[in-house]
Parts: sequence; structure tokens; C-alpha cells
Amino acid sequence: MQNDRLTIAGHEFTSRLFVGTGKYKDFAETKKAIEASGADVVTVAVRRVNITDRSKENLLDYLDPKKYTILPNTAGCYNVEDAVRYARLARAAGVSDLIKLEVLGDERTLFPDTAGLIEAAKILVKEGFVVLPYTNDDPIVAQKLVDIGCPAVMPLAAPIGSGLGIRNPYNLKIIMEMIKVPIIVDAGVGTASDAALAMELGADAVLMNTAIAGAQDPIAMAEAMKYAVYAGRLAYKAGRIPRKLYATASSPIEGML
Amino acid sequence: MEDSIQIQVNGEQRGCRPNATVGDLLRELAIKTDRVAVELNLEIMDRKDFDHRSLKQGDRVEILSFIGGGAPVNAPDIGRGDTHAE
Repeated sequence: MQNDRLTIAGHEFTSRLFVGTGKYKDFAETKKAIEASGADVVTVAVRRVNITDRSKENLLDYLDPKKYTILPNTAGCYNVEDAVRYARLARAAGVSDLIKLEVLGDERTLFPDTAGLIEAAKILVKEGFVVLPYTNDDPIVAQKLVDIGCPAVMPLAAPIGSGLGIRNPYNLKIIMEMIKVPIIVDAGVGTASDAALAMELGADAVLMNTAIAGAQDPIAMAEAMKYAVYAGRLAYKAGRIPRKLYATASSPIEGML
Repeated sequence: MEDSIQIQVNGEQRGCRPNATVGDLLRELAIKTDRVAVELNLEIMDRKDFDHRSLKQGDRVEILSFIGGGAPVNAPDIGRGDTHAE
């Protein structure tokens, strides 16, 4: 599958697997897992620098911004004001105008507050950000985000970190058919088959963190996810057979005794 | 230092030499200026201004950088509005 590149607002990616960098044991493990995943895009969070212990290393010492597209997020923000503030801080910290916009609505489910998301997206798009919104599996909200100017939308598969897999394949399929910008299935993937299924449904990419970082062997799981996303993409492009209730023989009857 | 001023950096009070700039503070803390964002009294600074903006008594400085993330943890309270977090 040569030249099957994903383009979002002028950024071109070879891998359709996006990975988060949270929850790893240390930066060395983070780096190895990301290398094994083959991802081009890695998400990061924006937080206070530890000023009392400056010996702490910087994540970006391990992830070369020339090699990876760093996608800062607004994780942990529960209102429009905070999300906009963290997005501006991320831009000021100087990687790019890309932002994975999260406005969360509830601590238990970490489901997006889609009303807040739309409001924050409007503000940030106006300020020139390339806004990639983490949203619910709601086709109408997805369309609104596109209308605002988001160059991709990122509907969830299941609650963040839940590992429940694709909970609503029908809504995701509707989003993929309705929405004319890249769809990145974000959050909730548990294992390789979940990622493959997302891609078979027609997702343009899959973003995950916990499924890899929380696996017993994160580096092996990162590699599994690489192949799953690739295989799912190939299967989607190949076009699967329709589901039928009864058998269809594969071997010809002619020539039988 | 008798004539030091008090500022707040990432939520912690600290003394600071009068007329020190934001750039001086970052150097004192051994923080590389690339890859950080600095918010001074809730206003995000342009990196070009780090060496030109002097710190004043009561200034609130937030220095932020990228950490591992993707799965959200709660954002820290980096202070809001006009009250001093402490």
C-alpha cells in the first residue's frame, strides 16, 4: 500500500496509528514503545515544569520533534476557559498550531462535554489553531465540528482507558460516511482486534495510549497495534465480502464423481 | 538579600532579585527556554520578551512544558482570576 498517506491540514503521515505518551514506566519505555508502534503522531500533555527537582528529564529529549509530529492535548480540562488556556500554552511552548482539543464533561466517564467542545473549537479555530477535537460518537456533533473548521474529528470508541473496544460501530460508520474530513477513532481501544475493527469500518486513523502503555508488555503491544491498524486499513481498502446467513461453497461441484 | 522581592513561581513563593527578568529566572532555575511556555499574571508571554520583562513584587509566573499524556490526568490548578493560590 504505497502512497496511502493520511493528510490533515497539510501535515502528511505515513502511519495511521497515533499514540499517547502517558502512563509508561519511564521515558526509555515510552521511546521504545513509540518506535515499535511506528507512529508518526504522538500526543503530549502540557503541565507545570518541576522547578524543585530540575534533574527530571524532559520528554522531548526522548522524542525528537523532527522525527515525530507532537500533538499537544488539553487533557484534564473540564471547561472551555481551561481548554483554551492550555491550547494557547501548548502553542507558546512552541511545537506547532496543532492541538488535540479535549473538553471533558465528567470525571467518571471522561466523556466529552460536546457543547463546551464546540465553543472551544470555535475560539481556537479563529485563533489559527489546527483543532483535532476529541468527541463523542455523535454524527451531528462531528458535522458541527467540521463546519467550524476542524480538519479532522476524533470520536471515541469507548471511555478513555476503558479497553472496551468499539462500543458503537454503527454510529462510527455513520460518522465515517457523513463526514468528509479524516476520522480518527480515539480512546477505548483494548487490543489489536479493536484497532483493526476501527480501521475496517473506515476510520482514517486510530489514537490510543492506555491499550499500549497498560499492556503487560507495552512494546510488544505497540507492535501488535501497528500491524492491526495496517491490516485493518488493507482490509478496508480491499473491500470485504457481504455477510450471508448460509454457506457458499468455495470448491466447484463440477468434476465430482 | 534585603531588597529581594517576592514572586510566585508555579504556585510556590520565592525571593527574587529586583529587576531580574523572566529570562534571568529561567536561567536561575536551569530551564531551557525552548519548549517551555511562560504565563505571567495569566498572560502568555512571547519568548522574545523573556529577557526584557522585569519581575515585580507579587508577580505570578507559571512555567509549563510537555509531559507524557494522551490518557488524561487532571490538569493541575495553575491558578485563575485575581486571587493568589496558596
